[in-house]
Amino acid sequence: MPRPGFVLDVDRSTPPLLFWHGEGFRLERLPADRSRVIYPPEPLDALPHPSAAIRHALLNPLGDSKPLPELLFPGMRLTIAFDDISLPLPPMQRPDVRQRVIEAVLDMAAEAGVDDVHLIAALALHRRMTEAELRHAVGDRVYDAFAPSGHLYNMDAEDTENMAYLGTTDQGEEVEIVKRAAESDLLVYVNINLVAMDGGWKSTATGLASYRSLRHHHNVRTLQHSRSLMDRHNSALHTSNWRMGKVLRDSGVKIFQIETTLNTDTFPPPFDFLMKREWEWSAKDRTVFLGSSKSLARTPNRLARQIFHSIKAPHAMTSVQAGEVDAVHDETIRNVHRQQLVEVEGQTDVLTMGLPYIGPYNVNSIMNPILVMCLGLGYFFNLYRGKPLVREGGVLIMSHPTPWEFHPVHHPSYIDFFEQVLSETTDPVRIEAEFEKGFAEDEWYRHLYRTSYAYHGVHPFYMWYWGAHALQHLGRVIIVGGEPRAVHRLGFMAASTLNDALEMASDVVGRTPTITHLHAPPLLLADVK
Amino acid sequence: MKLRAPKLPFPFTAAPTPASVEPVRAKKHTGVDYETEWARTFGARITRLALLETVIGPTMRVIASPDRRGLDQLRDVERATLPDGATQPVIFAANHHSHVDTPLLLSSIPEPWRHKVFVGAAADYFFKTRLTSTASALALNAIPIERTRVSRRSADDAAELIDDGWSMLIFPEGGRSPDGWGQPFRGGAAYLAIRCNVPVVPVHLEGTGRIMRKGSKRLRRSATRISFGEPLWPDVESGEDSRRMAARIERAVAALADEASNDWYTARLRAHRGATPALSGPDAPSAWRRAWALGDRGPKRRQASMRRWPDLD
Repeated sequence: MPRPGFVLDVDRSTPPLLFWHGEGFRLERLPADRSRVIYPPEPLDALPHPSAAIRHALLNPLGDSKPLPELLFPGMRLTIAFDDISLPLPPMQRPDVRQRVIEAVLDMAAEAGVDDVHLIAALALHRRMTEAELRHAVGDRVYDAFAPSGHLYNMDAEDTENMAYLGTTDQGEEVEIVKRAAESDLLVYVNINLVAMDGGWKSTATGLASYRSLRHHHNVRTLQHSRSLMDRHNSALHTSNWRMGKVLRDSGVKIFQIETTLNTDTFPPPFDFLMKREWEWSAKDRTVFLGSSKSLARTPNRLARQIFHSIKAPHAMTSVQAGEVDAVHDETIRNVHRQQLVEVEGQTDVLTMGLPYIGPYNVNSIMNPILVMCLGLGYFFNLYRGKPLVREGGVLIMSHPTPWEFHPVHHPSYIDFFEQVLSETTDPVRIEAEFEKGFAEDEWYRHLYRTSYAYHGVHPFYMWYWGAHALQHLGRVIIVGGEPRAVHRLGFMAASTLNDALEMASDVVGRTPTITHLHAPPLLLADVK
Repeated sequence: MKLRAPKLPFPFTAAPTPASVEPVRAKKHTGVDYETEWARTFGARITRLALLETVIGPTMRVIASPDRRGLDQLRDVERATLPDGATQPVIFAANHHSHVDTPLLLSSIPEPWRHKVFVGAAADYFFKTRLTSTASALALNAIPIERTRVSRRSADDAAELIDDGWSMLIFPEGGRSPDGWGQPFRGGAAYLAIRCNVPVVPVHLEGTGRIMRKGSKRLRRSATRISFGEPLWPDVESGEDSRRMAARIERAVAALADEASNDWYTARLRAHRGATPALSGPDAPSAWRRAWALGDRGPKRRQASMRRWPDLD
């Protein structure tokens, strides 16, 4: 029986704690008697028969949806959209859960004699997936059956001829998604709900949308009012997506939503000690930790990155549900909470976190300084329900090397954003007003997004907006071990050690602040009372 | 006058059998009677492991360039450990074209079954002499299977090994294909699956006939494709018998063959329509027409696109 997450009060007997530090780790001691550590729950047991569970979900849909076989008929246009490379993290061992679900859907489609099938990677403005990445997601069988004939492809949100404008919400938000998906007799969306932010109407209204549509919720005002992004009912981003979902439904787009949840079995042996509590590390775990951290410290960045990005998570499916979007998503969120929720009493003055080597936008890529900001302030800061873990005006201390390094193919617009925009201002409101349009409509970025493997020109702006709520909330942000030049460009402070960082925090939160350490990954969701 | 050495009397020589008594048949040490237990001792297993990883595997990589597909289908069975923590044994059932099939499959079967698998081999062929019997038992971990008649002993030996946690590799066609097309599947694999309640992994081999077909004495290098299918559990609830399960295994291998020739979705469409091409090939009256039809099978090779001037219209 997996143990639930818990909050450890740090005392003198508490061992040094593991802090992720990019492609490496640090062991840090927190001050006794005023610090606490939030440990994630242990991974839930996997579904014993995943294929049978998927089939059961397709035959017994939730909400007012009919079973999938009843929605399939010969001569129909069937479109299957699926989440892109940003999920799950790290990428999971084969078979990917999308492959399992898509094969089950296609098997039913084959039984019904459906010939016209398209499979679309729902990228929105993310980079295109490579053949190897698509093969990993959908499996070789599906890839070889559909990709050579052009029926499995990455979506292109800048291909205006193949985008369909479906109307506006009652708030004037335009809804535009991939035409093939909008005009199909049935759109099956295959999702992975790694965190509570994913899924629901966000799958289609964001995943298949264009800049024209996305700008209505991917903006500073919406993200400052998403408290948090992981709590749908208190997230303006989600409220906007749900309004767009109504437009999709009213315009006749027929959606069969399939959502899956994974357990937090994040690292395979011998790196599974990264998921354990420090005092439970065995002699083997300690040996692996010492060996890997010492050797990583002497390994060139590029090689260390390759080693870490080759790790495939042994994630296993904990639930699968299908049918009508709202009913499915409610059940999905219940399952995400079952895995990730940890009750936490009250806020703290200082929140500490170690940032790992991977986030949603640097799979097989480099975590550049903007992505460090997004992972810390956009994602980890938002891993709460109720109130933020840190009080308003408090300090966030993150640990990451934050190198001044960018992937020139994946993140070309990030380079210019870092050089041209952040050197001018770090204020998200000003950035949005003065710079967004120019990047979003830049023809060169469009070209790279459409034909290369580049994130869209506007994407670095969204990364910055993702942290807008945290920037507004926090009194100071300090990065431990970060490259000072890059950290200063982000508008944060750089510290060499955690003690230095706590010292630097003292003029904001006093000499004896309360400290909370978020011991993630594996991911958790703090339910702050 | 001929001089004869005096014949030593009993008990210095064996006593003659009285004419009225049925003579005792000498115990055979070959064929189905060959004892293979020694081949699963620690020393023999280590030898076999070394042989597989240093000789058989590399040789197969050079000769057969194997393209292994569908290994992800085995993940669920791999994860389903038994109550005692042991690996779930399975029966790998493959079509059979060539002597290369067995070493190729043995070097393609993934962990955790790779080094705990035995082969059901024809008693009248692989266990004909002491030498071939020893070689088959050591190198392939083969046990003799009677293919000319139903043998209780063969089945008992195989079932006992499966119950002990060993996985089995068997070719349900009973022998290599005489003309490149498949032969009807016999019920042995299905019988054992039902008896031991273990899954059967259908496997399709493509291309081994080009390396060394039946009757050929020399090896030719050729690319091969090994497709593993979804494990099939005996349908105990519906009371499925071995004949029906054998037919199900044959259909699964035929679907894998169709997938190798076309693509997965086309194969699924045909399977649901009941239009999967049979492994046994067309019912043509003449042998040449069956041989001719063989050319339609095999993976579609990508044609190199012709270089053309760009279309400037």
